[in-house]
Parts: sequence; C-alpha cells; structure tokens
Amino acid sequence: MLCYQCGTCTASCPSGRLTAFRTRQIIRKAQLGLKDQILPTEELWLCTTCYACVERCPREVEITDILFILRNMAAQEGFMSEQHKKIGENMLKIGATIPFGDEAKKLRVKMGLPENPPTTVGDHKAMADFRKIMEVTGFEKIMKGGKK
Amino acid sequence: MSGRYALFLGCVAPLRYPGIELATREVFKSLNVELVDLQGAGCCPAPGVIRSFDQNTWLALGARNLALAEKQGVDLMTICNGCFGSLFEANHVLQHHPEKLKEVNEILGKVGMHYSGNVKVRHFAEVLYNDIGMEKIKSKVTKPLSYNIAVHYGCHFIKPTRLKHLDDAERPRILDELVEATGAKSLNYRDKLMCCGAGGGVRSRASSTALKMTEEKLKNVKKVGAQMILDVCPFCHLQYDRSQKDLPGYDIPVIHLSQLYGMAFGLPREKLGLEAHETKVNI
Repeated sequence: MLCYQCGTCTASCPSGRLTAFRTRQIIRKAQLGLKDQILPTEELWLCTTCYACVERCPREVEITDILFILRNMAAQEGFMSEQHKKIGENMLKIGATIPFGDEAKKLRVKMGLPENPPTTVGDHKAMADFRKIMEVTGFEKIMKGGKK
Repeated sequence: MSGRYALFLGCVAPLRYPGIELATREVFKSLNVELVDLQGAGCCPAPGVIRSFDQNTWLALGARNLALAEKQGVDLMTICNGCFGSLFEANHVLQHHPEKLKEVNEILGKVGMHYSGNVKVRHFAEVLYNDIGMEKIKSKVTKPLSYNIAVHYGCHFIKPTRLKHLDDAERPRILDELVEATGAKSLNYRDKLMCCGAGGGVRSRASSTALKMTEEKLKNVKKVGAQMILDVCPFCHLQYDRSQKDLPGYDIPVIHLSQLYGMAFGLPREKLGLEAHETKVNI
C-alpha cells in the first residue's frame, strides 16, 4: 500500500499522453482488488515498460513489475491478443519473437555472415532444450489461452 | 571474468538488421577485444512480451542464456536494450532470491543445465564506455565524423537506475559522450529520453499507438535538424527505421552505435550492413 495516488506516474507516462491508459488508476484498482476492471481491458497492454514512472515515483512503487504481474494474470485468464499469440508461436518454433525467412537468410549471406546466426534458429539441440523449458513452465498452454 | 565477452545476439539484430551484428563484430575486432559466440542462445526472452505473458517462462529461458555464458566462463554482452533489460533483471532476481534460483535450476536440470549466478550482464555501449574507455576509442577514430546526431537512449539501457547504476535517468551522458568521441555533435531535443513507442508489446498489439509515439519523437528530432537518429537497441532501431515509410515527410537515417563506430573507425561501408535499412542511409 505504498502508493498514495499522487499521479506522478500518469504525468510521466508517454503512452498515457496519447491514450486512455492511466497508470495511477490501474494501481488504485489493483490496491482495491478490482481484478475484473483491470484484466480484460486493452489499456493494460498500452504500457511500453519504459520505466519513466518507476524512476519518478516518490514512494518507489515497482509500477512496471506490478504491470507484469497483472498482465500475467490476464494471460492466465485467456486475455491474449492474436498478435501476441503469434509471438508465442515464433518462440515455440524457432526460439525467437520474430519469424526468420529466406529473405533474411539471403541478406545475412550477402553481408558475409553465416546463413543462420549461432542461436536456437539453426541449432536443433538448443531448440529442443528451449522448447522443453517452455513445456515445463506451461508456456504453450498459456499461449493457447488456457491456464497452466 | 573480464577482457572477453560472450556476444548475445538476440532476435532483431541477427534476423532483421544483420549489419548491427556484423558492425559489432568488426568494431570490437578493431578494438582488440575478443567476442565469443554463445552457441545455441535463444530469445532473451523479450521483456515486453514474454515477461508480460509468463514470468516463470521468462526467468527460466533467461537463466538458460546466462548458464550458457557461465559455462564458457565469460560475461555476457548484449547489443540490444531489450535483451539487456531482460537478462539484467532476470540475473538480478536469480542472484538475490535463492529460492528462485533453486526453482529455475530444477527446470534447467531437465535439459542438463545449471546456473550458479556468476555471470555479469553487460550492454555493449557501457562496455565501450566503462571497460574500453574514451581514450582508446578516440585513438581508433581514423575518419572523424561531423554529423549532427539525435541520440536515442531507449528505455532499458539505463533504467531502472536503482538496479543498474549506469547513469542518471533524467540527464544521462554516456551515449552523448560516446557519440561525440567520433567528432560528431549530439543535439539536444524535446523529449529526448522518451520511449520510441515499440516496447511492452505495444508495437505488436497496438501498433497505431506505437506509431503515434514514434511520430512524436521523429517530429522533435526533425525540428532540430538531426542528420541521423543514433540508437543502441535493434528494436528501437526497427521502430524508427520501419515507421518512417508510414509517416510522410520523414526520411531520417537510423544508425546503431556499432555502425556509427564502424564509420568513424574507417571500416569499409559493406561491413556496416546499411542496405538492410528501410529508410535509406544517404550519408
């Protein structure tokens, strides 16, 4: 209950400058346990995690960390956007957030770099390990919109 | 652990802007600093998306990358703010919460891996500044630059400052000094420390909001007559580079610090990989 609602967070927020995202409001609702007014909202996903609010909070509230917890709860409840599910699919496929196609491979070769970087992208054993970890933590289930 | 670094590539640099990877390798070679590959490394994982989806997965996959560096006995160096943010914070959790480290090691054990918490997570810009130093950098500048540059710090390089202690959140100097070591001028501009708009999963989930933030930044950069935007993060780099085609009137080149140093150190143009940029680099 560190937050005393001064609003420095909202005033510092570059996203809130342009949208209906109000940091102070989310923190207040979280204090009051108003889960249903937070988890299904689009606003919860408008924070860019820039930490401007965290740097300026006079009560040193770990605002971004709270946002992460709320988003994790939202994901558990199945409030995942299609775009974000795609990122999860890429993770499960190649261990990266973005796809890697022929054009990108050609670009690398043209620059004199190996076709695949030395990452999970071209390393089957590493990718199997990476996937195994996601299996253990229940990541795939969350991506599919269900609880762990 | 010092003198050598494990080069952590992340996703956006090697898969979208391989020039950043290439220029980093070349610039560190010029500085006689050894970079070892982190064979089999995966996504950091991305702080804005994967950490937002599930922090346990985020922590375990981060620990896997840290364990790969630990096994080689080297500290890990990122070329991206997002990777730096994720791995630095994951490492902080693991080094300060023994119960979390234990939990994570139970997961890593299933793939025959282990992390003891002995790796330092570094960002290449602060390695340049703190380990290599301005004197050595300046001695390598064979082609002094005279550009007017708008520096973009990005968010996860120095913040949160109470964990990182690299520079001041409201008035940082590191990047300005690193840029001015090449002879170029770092410009002051409105909202210089504001986010590019891409982070936190906003680019993917609410792209028009991300674009509005980017436009705001670009407007301020253009107003002071900057000849380029200088970043230390491939994701900010992508956001600025690719957004300009959707924003009429903007064609400001976007350059990663490794590429700028490549120019100043007199590396051949083809070692900078500028052809991957969508906003043409005509400078």
